[in-house]
Amino acid sequence: MAATTPVIQVKNLTARYGEVTILDSVSFEIQEGEIFVILGGSGCGKSTLLKHVIGLIPPYSGEVLIEGEDIVKCSEVRFREILKKFGVLFQSGALFGSMTLAENILLPVEAYTDLPKAAMETLVRMKLRLVHLGGYENHLPSELSGGMKKRAGLARAMALNPRILFFDEPSAGLDPVSAAELDQLILKINRSLGTTMVIVTHDLASIFNVAQRVIMLDKRAKGIIAEGDPVDLRDHHPDPFVRQFFNREAEE
Amino acid sequence: MTRSDAQERDYEARETAGGQWTFALTGRIDAGNASRLLSEINHLLREKKPLRVTLDLSGVQYMDDFGVLLLLELKRHGPTGEGAFRILNPGPKIQEILDMMDFEALAEEHAALKKKRPPNALVRLGEASIRQFSEGRFALSFLGDVCLALGYVILHPRSLRGEDTIQAMQRTGVDAVPIVGLISLLLGLIMAFMSAVQLEQFGANIYVASLVSLAMVRELGPIMTAILVAGRSGSSYAAEIGTMKISEEVDALYSMGFNTTRFLVVPKILASVLVVPVLTLFSDLFAIFGGLIVGVFMLNLTAGAYVDQTIQTLSLFDVSWGFFKSAVFGLLIAYVGCLRGFQVRGGAAAVGQATTSAVVSGIFLIILFDSIFAVILTYWG
Repeated sequence: MAATTPVIQVKNLTARYGEVTILDSVSFEIQEGEIFVILGGSGCGKSTLLKHVIGLIPPYSGEVLIEGEDIVKCSEVRFREILKKFGVLFQSGALFGSMTLAENILLPVEAYTDLPKAAMETLVRMKLRLVHLGGYENHLPSELSGGMKKRAGLARAMALNPRILFFDEPSAGLDPVSAAELDQLILKINRSLGTTMVIVTHDLASIFNVAQRVIMLDKRAKGIIAEGDPVDLRDHHPDPFVRQFFNREAEE
Repeated sequence: MTRSDAQERDYEARETAGGQWTFALTGRIDAGNASRLLSEINHLLREKKPLRVTLDLSGVQYMDDFGVLLLLELKRHGPTGEGAFRILNPGPKIQEILDMMDFEALAEEHAALKKKRPPNALVRLGEASIRQFSEGRFALSFLGDVCLALGYVILHPRSLRGEDTIQAMQRTGVDAVPIVGLISLLLGLIMAFMSAVQLEQFGANIYVASLVSLAMVRELGPIMTAILVAGRSGSSYAAEIGTMKISEEVDALYSMGFNTTRFLVVPKILASVLVVPVLTLFSDLFAIFGGLIVGVFMLNLTAGAYVDQTIQTLSLFDVSWGFFKSAVFGLLIAYVGCLRGFQVRGGAAAVGQATTSAVVSGIFLIILFDSIFAVILTYWG
């Protein structure tokens, strides 16, 4: 691996809700252009970790560095700048219900670019076509199915081609076909635009489809118990719990 | 020969033959520079008015969909006609992006995003009427539902969700005492002060007590309290039920076999009917106390005389009529609040509308019923 700075570095991150420690001194790095999956059983702190990395919750202690910049210590103004490198796809899409899909996508485009109006509209059409929603520009989110909402949310998250895309449980609530389509979309965007992808999920099929590297969190260890290629972990990891997880076996 | 600025050499424009211009793009084209490139090249296109334009992409190392957008927009603004706009030498990476974005198809289509235009006045009138009618029907059937549920609870008192009722009573009643008290006290002060200025001229100071107590107990106490409760609690009922509706909690209750009206509405209505008269009593007392302050400190009345005059003025009927009215107002507030909550469809905006509407229709109903009561009293009493 080249000696470039990792896109995301998390150093000794400790997360607490009140007195309860969720994550204890977690460290990992994500390289540019990587598809990185954070996984683990329910309640292990996957979503908490994601919220810390995108700066929604300040950590109890530790550092989160985006392209070498500490988002915990940096100023509010600087953090807004760093935020522009992100796109986040929330679990249910988080589209604004009172706006059409086109207006949802236009929102960041109008705020952060000075393209002419006609070009913006073309851009919106391109983004929607990219997620296979061409022709749905004037639909309201309430008129779409769950999978379509998620894809529309993805179109909005990548409206400005962020360097890093975060996904919170992308396949939750999707049928296998829609979930597989979303996986293909993730791979396609990663390949063509070189976007770094950070995915929080526990959907095994999707992990084996897209993940290049995974970290596995555990509730008891309050941190990372395994790291590496998912296939390798499934077959060779010394911890039986890890192998069970990847083989979808019940605990004895 | 024109050249973009030395720092950012990302394109080069030259006239290769008469009316034939070539733009050689280099380096990265992405969200960062696409809009600047677009405006600069567009400017050149407008200025030179070329007959033929060639875009040479051989120097482009990276391009994202903003790059594709740039090409599309240039094509749209550039010269039209067979072979007038050409794209040359896209690398394999670039071609992949162009294919993925379906460049050819995008270039063909020109459909602009259309804003949803409001239909004409007649259609809107028709739609509004239908909506009003169905809303009215829903309100009526909801009223029936509430009556049935209330009847059921009266016949089967054990089915009442006691804890919810107590909690609603606390939130609607106890928590409202400070604000109701403060506003009524101020209202009493103001009324006494205003009337004192007039009555003093006739030496009728003692009648300030009569005026304040009678006005408060019969009219202003119930109305002021009801309006405050509509703003505090009617809105919160609507927001609570509306949010439960959009997050499918109401559906969950229904599917578990609960009667949603009995579960959600009856506690609120009972709490409101029981608690609003009590709040009204507080309101009356605080207002009379406010009047008393003015009476004692401005009009040199003794507190005893003021209280005596107040007691002489009020009849039992006045007091109970006021309480009866506020019980009815409490019923109206809770009914409208819950009704608006159940009418929520869609998303967050609908909850906001329902909340507003709960307060507005609540206050409207309060004033309407108060007028009806006034008419009844006039002909009856």
